[in-house]
Amino acid sequence: MTPALLLALTCGVVVAFGLGWRRALSLVGGQARSLHSRPSYYGAFVAIWCGLPSLLLIAAWSLFSAGVADWMVLGEAPAEVRAQSSERIDLFLRDVRKLADGVPSTGATSAAVEAGAVRLAAIREYSSLLLLGLVTSIATGGLAFARSRIAPDFRARVRVEAIVNRALLVSSCLAILVTVGIVMSLVFEAWRFFSLVPIDEFLFRLRWSPQTALRPDQIGSSGAFGAVPVFWGTLMITSIAMVVAVPVGLFAAVYLAEYASARFRAWAKPLLEILAGIPTVVYGFFAALTVGPVLRRFGESFGMQIASESALAAGAVMGVMIIPFVSSLSDDVITAVPNSLREGSYGLGATRSETILQVVLPAALPGIVASVLLAVSRAVGETMIVVMAAGLSAKLTVNPFEAVTTVTVQIVTLLVGDQEFDSAKTLAAFALGLVLFIVTLILNVVALLVVRRYREQYD
Amino acid sequence: MEARRRKRHRAEVRFRAYGLAAVGFALLVLVLLLGTIVRDGAGAFWQYEVVLDIDFAPEVLGLGQDPAEAELGRGDFSRLVKEAVRKEFPEVKGRRDRRALRKLVSPGAVFELRDRLLADPALLGQTVSLRLPLDDQAQLFFKGFISAAVPEDARKLSDTQLGWLETLQERGQIVSGFNTRFLTGGDSREPELAGIWGAAVGSLLTLAVTLVLSFPIGVAAAVYLEEFSSRTRFTDFIEVNINNLAAVPSIVFGLLGLAVFLNFFGMPRSAPLVGGLVLSLMTLPTVIIASRSALAAVPPSIREAALGVGASPLQVVVHHVLPLALPGILTGTIIGMARALGETAPLLMIGMVAFIVDIPDGVTSPSTVLPVQIYLWADSPERAFVEKTSGAILVLLGFLVLMNLAAVLLRNRFESRW
Repeated sequence: MTPALLLALTCGVVVAFGLGWRRALSLVGGQARSLHSRPSYYGAFVAIWCGLPSLLLIAAWSLFSAGVADWMVLGEAPAEVRAQSSERIDLFLRDVRKLADGVPSTGATSAAVEAGAVRLAAIREYSSLLLLGLVTSIATGGLAFARSRIAPDFRARVRVEAIVNRALLVSSCLAILVTVGIVMSLVFEAWRFFSLVPIDEFLFRLRWSPQTALRPDQIGSSGAFGAVPVFWGTLMITSIAMVVAVPVGLFAAVYLAEYASARFRAWAKPLLEILAGIPTVVYGFFAALTVGPVLRRFGESFGMQIASESALAAGAVMGVMIIPFVSSLSDDVITAVPNSLREGSYGLGATRSETILQVVLPAALPGIVASVLLAVSRAVGETMIVVMAAGLSAKLTVNPFEAVTTVTVQIVTLLVGDQEFDSAKTLAAFALGLVLFIVTLILNVVALLVVRRYREQYD
Repeated sequence: MEARRRKRHRAEVRFRAYGLAAVGFALLVLVLLLGTIVRDGAGAFWQYEVVLDIDFAPEVLGLGQDPAEAELGRGDFSRLVKEAVRKEFPEVKGRRDRRALRKLVSPGAVFELRDRLLADPALLGQTVSLRLPLDDQAQLFFKGFISAAVPEDARKLSDTQLGWLETLQERGQIVSGFNTRFLTGGDSREPELAGIWGAAVGSLLTLAVTLVLSFPIGVAAAVYLEEFSSRTRFTDFIEVNINNLAAVPSIVFGLLGLAVFLNFFGMPRSAPLVGGLVLSLMTLPTVIIASRSALAAVPPSIREAALGVGASPLQVVVHHVLPLALPGILTGTIIGMARALGETAPLLMIGMVAFIVDIPDGVTSPSTVLPVQIYLWADSPERAFVEKTSGAILVLLGFLVLMNLAAVLLRNRFESRW
């Protein structure tokens, strides 16, 4: 229904454009230079008045109609249905929706559900007719109103440009809206979590065993939500990744910037960038299928016990993925150091490596530190490699050969299961997400500040 | 003095070697990664089928003598397969042996025979020689992954089953060919029938929604920030926000999509519409940043000349600046889309992780995307799915290579240097 309506609206807008254009020209007997603006602006004015209000109405309707229909169906439902818990009400509404969609039901449906489905179907029909009527009347009303305003000295271009400028401003505000949305949704759900589980247990306790009881008498349902082992797992895997990525990335950047010929750089740099472009799910598959078992067999030949989901396997592969981040950002900073510094050092008799270690790298240090911080932020937020290659058990261990779990793995496992949405178990995922968001935000802000404060301005 | 000079020289040579070794290490891992994927995945594009004589006899199908066309679909097609296989090896007796023989052919053969008969009802009563897919274990045998040298209880095919397969091969009834089912079929629990087409269509729909949403809004925001806004605290705030959003982990966007789009707005779960919404929020900062640098690269002389002949500020941007910045904007957008194509984590959060068999037919029907399909198949314990997963990775990498190549070509051909 909605695609057809949008298509009809598009045609209406095109027609409106043509009508406005023709009207403007007809008022001046075809002499376009007598008009204030070019004829297309008059057409655009009418088209905007025809299309924009209707478009906003359709957008609002498609966002809110499902919720309003649910509310109306619930209002007509018998009192005992309305008195149930919110999860049962959601289930009731879902059954009603499925029946109204014509999905054959698997079990017996109660009379309340059937009545609700009939009502929902009627509401849907009524509301789509209502929408059609409203859109048609608003569109034609807008068209007529705009067309009547057209006169040879009507400043159509100014009006249209003002609307367009406003639209541009709204688009940029959308970026803020997204950030606000993220923060608000995370905080809201995390708030609900912290009303169930005290915040000091979450941040400081050492046992992570997120279970909640489905029934009051369920055994083994006491949950422990101490997230320290989970944070520790993230820290461990991130450190292993940095141990791999920072030396390799820095040395690679130094080599490409200082020693490599232009030809070598021309093909080596893009190849390194390819490492950044490979989807992380491929890295995860590689880590789980190849690196993990190889490490385990390697350890067995030495008599060591390496889990096939060891932190070392996941961390090493994540480190490889992060190499291009460190190397290309560092490369940029190193090449930005002016040659006069290098030549001064050569003039004093230093070798190339001594120049790099004692002159160039210290000069480029703020940028390098910033690139390392950004790489850490990327490693902390990485999901797919650890979901596929790291374990699920939250352990506080310093042994890289054991399996640990990370914040992102826990978020995925808590939400891709089938617990109901309000339980502490699923809300814990939002609390973890909030922590993740704050940590990466801090890392990025610190990286920015480091660059801003310590960057040398060379002439 | 001389000794110290030589020591410094050796340190220099070592340092340079470390640098080269670092580059070499990174490239080695890249080659290893791609090499193992290609080695494991190449087999996914090749399939083995068995040629059997199928007798579409109405009595075997359990239909009457002259059934109506509507009845044809309800025949017992698995009996057709059983009879055909039994005809090949009439000496096999006993229910267990017969079942082992039947298991050499894929369960999907039953549905393919049914589709054939429904498409051409004249086949009823005829005997036709048809190519049917082999079971995934039999295909693994022909691809060399199951060897008779391994003890019998350590493999999925018994010695007698291997003997039957070899006999069929000697009789020339085993044919191999390009695996079209992999590229045109939807997901399946049977590895030999599993295909990526459903996931590919889902990816296409999701990317289409992402493009439609992020490109206009991103370019509009970039135009506003670059051309029309003055440097107020408000615009600084917007800029800081955009740079921060570019660095937020993708899973947080998935949480946003779950909390806002699914729970608050009640949008359909697993739909490309919601997936596209989430991914467009993710690619918006990339598009804005790339568009801003493309717009900034257009020299001010163009703008001033346009203003000089009487254009309004908006006309300057739309008629002069934007067309010149378009190659850079498109390059940035394509690269953003390529990144969105490979995203998995946020889509897991909004439910695109279900087992979907049908090909999605719209932006609101449940579907999955290619990276999530890879993730699901990687979890399957069956050996044959390793091949499929690697093959799907090759398809995904192929799409990414195409997109990045398009971006590079666009940049090289159309970008002007001022």
